[in-house]
Amino acid sequence: MYIVVTLATIVTMGLALIRALLGPSVYDRVLAVNMFGTKTVLLLSVIAFLYGRPDFLDLALAYALINFIGVLAVLEFFRNRVEGGEGEVR
Amino acid sequence: MTDSAPRAPRPLLRAAVLTAFLVAAWLLWSGLYKPLLLGLGVFSCALTVYLLQRMGYFSSSAFPFRYSPRLLGFWGWLGKEIVLSSIEVTRHVLAPKVEVSPRTVRLDVADLNTVDQALLGNSITLTPGTLTLDVHEGRILVHALTKEGADALKEGEMQRRVRALRSR
Amino acid sequence: MDMFNDVLSWILLTLGGLAVLIGGIGALRMPDLYTRMHAASVTDSLGAILVIFGIMLQAGLSLATIKLAAILLFLLLTSPTSSNALASAALLAGTRPLDDADPDEREDAS
Repeated sequence: MYIVVTLATIVTMGLALIRALLGPSVYDRVLAVNMFGTKTVLLLSVIAFLYGRPDFLDLALAYALINFIGVLAVLEFFRNRVEGGEGEVR
Repeated sequence: MTDSAPRAPRPLLRAAVLTAFLVAAWLLWSGLYKPLLLGLGVFSCALTVYLLQRMGYFSSSAFPFRYSPRLLGFWGWLGKEIVLSSIEVTRHVLAPKVEVSPRTVRLDVADLNTVDQALLGNSITLTPGTLTLDVHEGRILVHALTKEGADALKEGEMQRRVRALRSR
Repeated sequence: MDMFNDVLSWILLTLGGLAVLIGGIGALRMPDLYTRMHAASVTDSLGAILVIFGIMLQAGLSLATIKLAAILLFLLLTSPTSSNALASAALLAGTRPLDDADPDEREDAS
């Protein structure tokens, strides 16, 4: 019964990837990657129970941390570039 | 931005509570009690407390753990709001033709202190259909997916509830 | 009781899967960045809450439930922060939100 959620999550990750490829702006891509990351956390939590491997929960938490810091770091990078006056970011 | 309830901060007590919390979290998570891992745990707890000390976390008046019991009630209400507005957004997403009426509104929140402003802003973002764009000088700039959502926000129920968390 | 628990968690998991999927579809269909973020927040808040509560019911009272609660709390605390950072960065870079309001009652985003 976890398989339903697993499939839904994987499909959504695919949709997020399509959005990341389509863009159009860099912020759409960051949004898509952020979504992909949250879905990974959910997927890891579900897989922990699907396969009865509770240690996956630790991975999920670690991934949540990395995803959060990663998104903030990327945004900070682009913000600096915008303020540095290198023109439109695409 | 008035800081209501100016209780004198007790840095040492706060640091002790936080350290106890960190140690408990470490022991719970690792589940292994070897000298090396315990040593790493002591090191990371000490590092965390030191960094927070440097950030001035213990001496600031904005201590997020202060209003715990009422926060649970607020979370319950927020959960209900999240479900309701998710259904609303779902309707728009699955409609044969996407018809949204997005707009930006300003909320005046100068009567809340900074922690409560952050709480309100984050609650607005967490509710699907409304999104905090910017918090600046006691005003929150909110983007709403629909006119109805914007009007509901302007009516200010969430703001009232956040304010009620503080009054005692 | 066990039966009831199972059914409830099954319902939560299915609804959670649906919420996740709807957010993904919305992120593709919505017209601009900010409206896409609204759709994405369906998966980020409702999807995460439903799925993790569903698993928690399966886990029962155990260490796994505490870990799941920590994951959920962390997700719910950080997702508004990163959405905020994203929205304000986009606004700063000059991405205007779509606005349907009449020009005279518009509250400008400057």
